[in-house]
Amino acid sequence: MTTSSNLLWLIALPLFSSAILILSGKRANSWGHVLATIVSASSFTIGVVEFFAMHGRSDANRAVTQKIFTWISVGSLNVDASLMLDQLSICFVLLITGVGTLIHVYSISYMSHDHDRRRFFAYLNFFIASMLLLVLGDSYLNLYVGWEGVGLASYLLIGFWNQKPAYATAAKKAFIANRIGDVGLSIAIMIAFATFGDVSFAGIKEHADEASSTQLTAIGLMLLLAACGKSAQFPLQSWLGDAMAGPTPVSALIHAATMVTAGVYLITRSNFIFDEAPIAQLMVLVVGGITLLFGAVIGMAKDDIKKALAASTMSQIGYMILATGLGPIGYAFAIMHLLTHGFFKASMFLGAGSVMHGMKDEVNMRKFGGIGKFMPFTALTFGLGYLAIIGVPPFSGFYSKDKIIETAFNAGGIKGIALGMATLLGAVITAFYMTRVVILTFFGNERWGHKDEPAESPALMLIPIGLLSIGSIAAGFIFSKGDGLVNWLQPVVNPLKEHHAEEFLPPIIVSLMTLVAVMIGLTVAILKYRGDQVAQAPEKVSVLVSAARRDLFQDEFNEAVFMRPGQSLIKILLNLDYILIDGLVRSVAATSLSAGVRLRTLQTGYVRSYALMMVIGALALVTTIWVVTA
Amino acid sequence: MSLLTVIGLLPLISALLIAAIPSKSTGLIKRATFIATSLIAIISISLATGFDKTSTGMQYVQSNPWISSFNINYAVGIDGISLVLILLSTILVPIVVLATWPEADGGRWGAKVFYILILILETMMIGVFAATDLFLFYVFFEAMLIPVYFLIGGFGSGNKSAAAMKFLLYSLFGGLLMLASIIGVYVIAGNQIGATFDLAKLATLQIDNKTENLLFLGFFIAFAIKAPLWPFHTWLPDAAKAASPGTSVLLLGVLDKVGTYGMIRFCIELFPDASKTFTPLIITLAVISIIYGAFMAIGQRDIKGLIAFTSISHFGFITMGIFAMTTQGMSGANLYMVNHGFSTAALFLIAGWMMMRRGSSVIADFGGLQRVTPIMAWTFFIAGMSSLALPGLSSFVSEFLVLVGTYTRYPVAAVIGTLGIVLAALYILIPIQKTLHGPIIDGNEKLTDLSLREKIAIAPVILVIVVMGFYPKPVLDLINPTAEKVVTKAGFTDPAAKVGK
Repeated sequence: MTTSSNLLWLIALPLFSSAILILSGKRANSWGHVLATIVSASSFTIGVVEFFAMHGRSDANRAVTQKIFTWISVGSLNVDASLMLDQLSICFVLLITGVGTLIHVYSISYMSHDHDRRRFFAYLNFFIASMLLLVLGDSYLNLYVGWEGVGLASYLLIGFWNQKPAYATAAKKAFIANRIGDVGLSIAIMIAFATFGDVSFAGIKEHADEASSTQLTAIGLMLLLAACGKSAQFPLQSWLGDAMAGPTPVSALIHAATMVTAGVYLITRSNFIFDEAPIAQLMVLVVGGITLLFGAVIGMAKDDIKKALAASTMSQIGYMILATGLGPIGYAFAIMHLLTHGFFKASMFLGAGSVMHGMKDEVNMRKFGGIGKFMPFTALTFGLGYLAIIGVPPFSGFYSKDKIIETAFNAGGIKGIALGMATLLGAVITAFYMTRVVILTFFGNERWGHKDEPAESPALMLIPIGLLSIGSIAAGFIFSKGDGLVNWLQPVVNPLKEHHAEEFLPPIIVSLMTLVAVMIGLTVAILKYRGDQVAQAPEKVSVLVSAARRDLFQDEFNEAVFMRPGQSLIKILLNLDYILIDGLVRSVAATSLSAGVRLRTLQTGYVRSYALMMVIGALALVTTIWVVTA
Repeated sequence: MSLLTVIGLLPLISALLIAAIPSKSTGLIKRATFIATSLIAIISISLATGFDKTSTGMQYVQSNPWISSFNINYAVGIDGISLVLILLSTILVPIVVLATWPEADGGRWGAKVFYILILILETMMIGVFAATDLFLFYVFFEAMLIPVYFLIGGFGSGNKSAAAMKFLLYSLFGGLLMLASIIGVYVIAGNQIGATFDLAKLATLQIDNKTENLLFLGFFIAFAIKAPLWPFHTWLPDAAKAASPGTSVLLLGVLDKVGTYGMIRFCIELFPDASKTFTPLIITLAVISIIYGAFMAIGQRDIKGLIAFTSISHFGFITMGIFAMTTQGMSGANLYMVNHGFSTAALFLIAGWMMMRRGSSVIADFGGLQRVTPIMAWTFFIAGMSSLALPGLSSFVSEFLVLVGTYTRYPVAAVIGTLGIVLAALYILIPIQKTLHGPIIDGNEKLTDLSLREKIAIAPVILVIVVMGFYPKPVLDLINPTAEKVVTKAGFTDPAAKVGK
């Protein structure tokens, strides 16, 4: 395999920059954001150079590696700190550094009034470095370092304003949900090592078909658990809504475009496991299907614009996860949707940030309305993202989502129909809740309750949004032209297993059905929200709406099943430790000294205690000598 | 005279020199102790540079007759496992010395006695890891209790006398059981190969199963108390709460490692068959320790109690790694001992500074420190991340090695052990939120950030935690050959991968 010495720089630049910003303290206040942005742009430049170099090579020689040093070597376990850039990881490198750089630029303006801006940029750079390590590591263990690194970055950024207890709690909740997923990754690595004697992608891929289906299924299920934690998939989804406590650029970059899609990357990267483990693959489909509907339902009821978008992210990643469960062709479509989603969702989050900027940090859409005419550029770009996400041709989401729905139907049998219908239903709901967001925010009566008119955001914020919008418009067309992305990814996602399933329905019919679904959702939303709205959320609502407002009781469930029993257990243990275990020790000591000596011996009766010890010791000695000589 | 003996004697000589300084010159005493212990640390590193990594035998050996009538020798020597623990001790001591200047003044007898006790303790810590004569080991093992007893009782806080006594009684009890076993081994040796306390010779004894089991238990219980392993742990939280932070660092960071070190050096090397017999039981206790310690840690309101219980969880990992009897488990456990030493040192020292400034060790009394004392908050955060074994920091490497090494032989234990990963996030992030985040609690507005002295003391610890996370190779290279030898001599080979390779 070709080697390249550039890969380390991709990661090292943002990592060093992050360390410099942290260590310099307030001295870096004036230039910290500039350095961080330049560094991020440099990583992007390296990514582009590597992409064109890769493009120029033949299919078989595209992947490049770089061994940095021997990390852990004990017995038969050998793990190098080693990077690998192939057709899959380059997609992520460009997404992370490209969208990442735009969001750095945006944040210069967005965070300009925060006196901790330098620290914010340090965390952003740290995130970029960790995320790049996640997609460049050539083994599960290297990936793990990036995996927890992005979790840490996410924790730090969600809790960026952690002086507010609720925000600090949201950060902690995200970290812990992720850690539950990380247990899955740990166990998967342990099984992989016990099975293959190796933890590198290449080493496992080579022997994957020799392992038993039990082992592969176990690895697959554990990887899925990891993906659920990081990608906010059912049943580990509850942290994502709260994560919106972080500054909006963070929501755009980490909790929409990149980090939360790491689960999709993990499953796609592990295609050699999942292709051999049908049960695990089925579970992937189930998780994806449930989450895409779960998120969509929550999205319908949220009044907080960021939380509505977060629910939408959860749902869209559900689509991607579902696609990865559909086998070789599904991986490519999952990645395509991941990339287009990265553009349009980031642009919408930044748009939401722009609205908040104009509306004094208000996030409640009930208190928006009619903002479009005051912030035309924000409204226009948000609208483009909207058209992309609901899947209107020729915007980017149409291409990627349509392919997933089509492939889902083609899965065959009852499974195919169930998955197809779930994805179609998701499309209806998506069209509904996104239309609702757009109407409540940009159209209708002004409900913000004060006279200050919102002003359009500064250029430094609008330029990144504009550039992302180009992606919202064109990315889908570019990726699917001549099956470009599918062919590009083929060497990674196992072309030999490529099979052309029976078409359940002709593609044009599926596309038409999708369009009808979108029209239904859109029309219902327009009918429901076309008139003047009030600034308060209606209180008399159906059971479903009130359940959706409370995130379908996800927190109540976790609290009842895990948190409160856990707290009770801890209380019991605390008492048992003192009464039972320590009590036993105390009473043994006390009763041994029962000749008029009480428990207080432990506090005061030094001499007697020594005497006791000597007696016990003497007894032990006699016994031993008797045993060994007998 | 072996370099090992020289290094072992240097702290004692330094103690004599410090004793000559008038008690009132506390500044001079502190500086002199710091310089002396730093020099000892630097000299001790030459043990590693001159160490033959390819050899698995004892190095820097020296043997002189001590009590000839019982064939007791002053016999010392080190292999990879003991070398890294000696280095841990000699490197931590100057850090503790520099970190504890105010705390040394706060005790019953003043700084002079404090630092003399620490120097005496350092000699004993080096001796206990270097001894290759069973009786010599026992002498160091028991004698160590004396300076620690006075450090807790004289310089601690709260219920210090009771805690010091509890620590002493627990340890003496274990020590006596071990003494009984030592005499048993000695008698058996007398029958078979002639009376000796030489470890290498004792390892060749043929002992019948029943006797071996009993002798094994004598050692094991002593070490399980020292480590401490559930259910022999109840002395540790009391001792850690009462001891001053510097003492706690040495107690949890180094002295408790004598327990896990002893399990390898004595339990497994002298009684391989009994070790096999008891492995299921010990692995069970280890897993209970991991989970139990973690749950108890979550429930603590006192910051020192919290750190003590996290250590019980970590010692569970170490014990599990040792008795998994795989090279990854054994190397990982040994590396874990070193890493835990540094990460606990960081936690205790920084927590100590926080408590000193606030005048409280109750977690709820802190809050908002990130915005009052950012540097102290950052160092505490990194120490916490190290305790929850964040990848990229040193503890991750050792925890991963222990888990993967255990999984290949005892998959169920390893899988339950991974629950500790989630619980660790809880027991670290909850107190971090309560101490560093949230609004600034009344009384904390004027707390001062770390002084230059404190920064210098903590910087090397943080540096080790980060560097060893990415590049543990130099230490693993020292450990690996010995760890492999121990596993092989105990009659185990690593389970082979099922496919491939």
